[in-house]
Amino acid sequence: MAKEMEVSIEKDIIMSSDNIVKKESLKGQDAKISVKNTKVWYGDFQAIKGISMDIKPNSVTAFIGPSGCGKSTFLRLFNRMNDYVDGFSMEGKIKINGANIYKKKVHVEELRKEVGMVFQKPNPFPKSIYENVAYGLKIQGISDKKLIDSRVEKALKQADLWEEVKNDLKKSALALSGGQQQRLCIARTLAVEPSIILMDEPTSALDPISTAKIEDLIFELKEKYTIIIVTHNMQQASRISDYTAFFYLGELVEYNKTKTIFTKPEKKRTENYITGRFG
Amino acid sequence: MENANYQKELLNQAGLDMMSLCISQLGKATEAYLNNDADLAEEVIYTESHVNALDISIEKNCERYLALYTPVATDLRFVMAILKINIDLERIGDHAYGISKYVVDDETPTPAHLIKALQFEKMHATIQDMFDDIVDAFENENVKSARKVFKKDKILDTINREAFAIIEAEINKDMSVIGKSLQLSSIIKKFERVGDLIKNIAEEIIFYKKAELLKHKGKKK
Repeated sequence: MAKEMEVSIEKDIIMSSDNIVKKESLKGQDAKISVKNTKVWYGDFQAIKGISMDIKPNSVTAFIGPSGCGKSTFLRLFNRMNDYVDGFSMEGKIKINGANIYKKKVHVEELRKEVGMVFQKPNPFPKSIYENVAYGLKIQGISDKKLIDSRVEKALKQADLWEEVKNDLKKSALALSGGQQQRLCIARTLAVEPSIILMDEPTSALDPISTAKIEDLIFELKEKYTIIIVTHNMQQASRISDYTAFFYLGELVEYNKTKTIFTKPEKKRTENYITGRFG
Repeated sequence: MENANYQKELLNQAGLDMMSLCISQLGKATEAYLNNDADLAEEVIYTESHVNALDISIEKNCERYLALYTPVATDLRFVMAILKINIDLERIGDHAYGISKYVVDDETPTPAHLIKALQFEKMHATIQDMFDDIVDAFENENVKSARKVFKKDKILDTINREAFAIIEAEINKDMSVIGKSLQLSSIIKKFERVGDLIKNIAEEIIFYKKAELLKHKGKKK
């Protein structure tokens, strides 16, 4: 079994697992997400090999690593998206706001109100722009039209899309450009007012202008939300994240402030990856 | 990635070329001064345009490497170090040019007793020694060699500090050496400055290899 990795967020410095003296760790309620010794299997294959890490609230954390390193699997643990994957099993504890999200009594729908997700490919419903954003509210049972209207407007404004679509709310979402569709998906996520947003390569299908808009948006949203983003784009990770976690073969190799990872990484493997020498 | 490594290697080679060219320039300028050799001094002046061309070429290639390969970590420190080392080397080239201009503009030789009194040759030998250290540090990424120059730079500082009193005494003894004394004093100041520039280069090599920032450390307030 691979060596267990344990990483802890500290008030100013995050250090990777080896050779550290922990100081004033942000634990329990201070960490937005707290992961303890988590292992994941798909059938016989172990995708995550015992990872512990704390994620700081109101920050952007980037997960980087080569394809197949487990970063998306790890991200999807936070809103229990892996539950539906055949052969999925896990060990360990994941706490959000101090509560274990893998307890039997946890309602997954409730969890997903707290933890929203944006995917690699924009996936609007074949409905109007308005209906897309209102969808989550309606399935929550909210029927007050005024409340829905105001939440739709607020979410579209937060996603920096309002000015572009305010006169076309009844238009099909599928008529929007790729970048607009992705911002619509972000608005749909924001409408249900989560506190955590998971993003799995949210700009990999977008052009540079749309990518820049999403990146600006992420920067603005972190004031109110905790954002975790999986990205293959090293420059994107260095531009937008406060913390970066490097995964390799199901292990967390290094987790630190982004400026440290991209200027003076502690581990040779991290340096080789970010400088493009492997992966 | 292969291409990025190749570009990095080209930059490294250009840095080494610039280093050996500027060292040669200062060596020739000093020799021209000591032997009052105007032809050699002219050669240094003529070669200055080559130093400037290499300086611009390195700067452009660093810019291109940054723009096209967006380096991080060790690669980023490398290109930052090359950029700064290039500036320091170009200034060493300027000092060689300045010394050579003295030789061309004033054909009378400097009295040997003045050169001896001001420890000019000791200064020159120390600089050569420091150059050997940074060439080894740069070529072989040898941080130990880079660290050697800091102590040696103190020898240059001491000679420079003592120069004023020696010059004053020499002028008091013989008023006819005023012009040559002032010229020599100016060259000693240039040598002292070259020592500082070599020290900067050593700091950049250490920064590149060890991510250790030495700039402004150890300065007394």
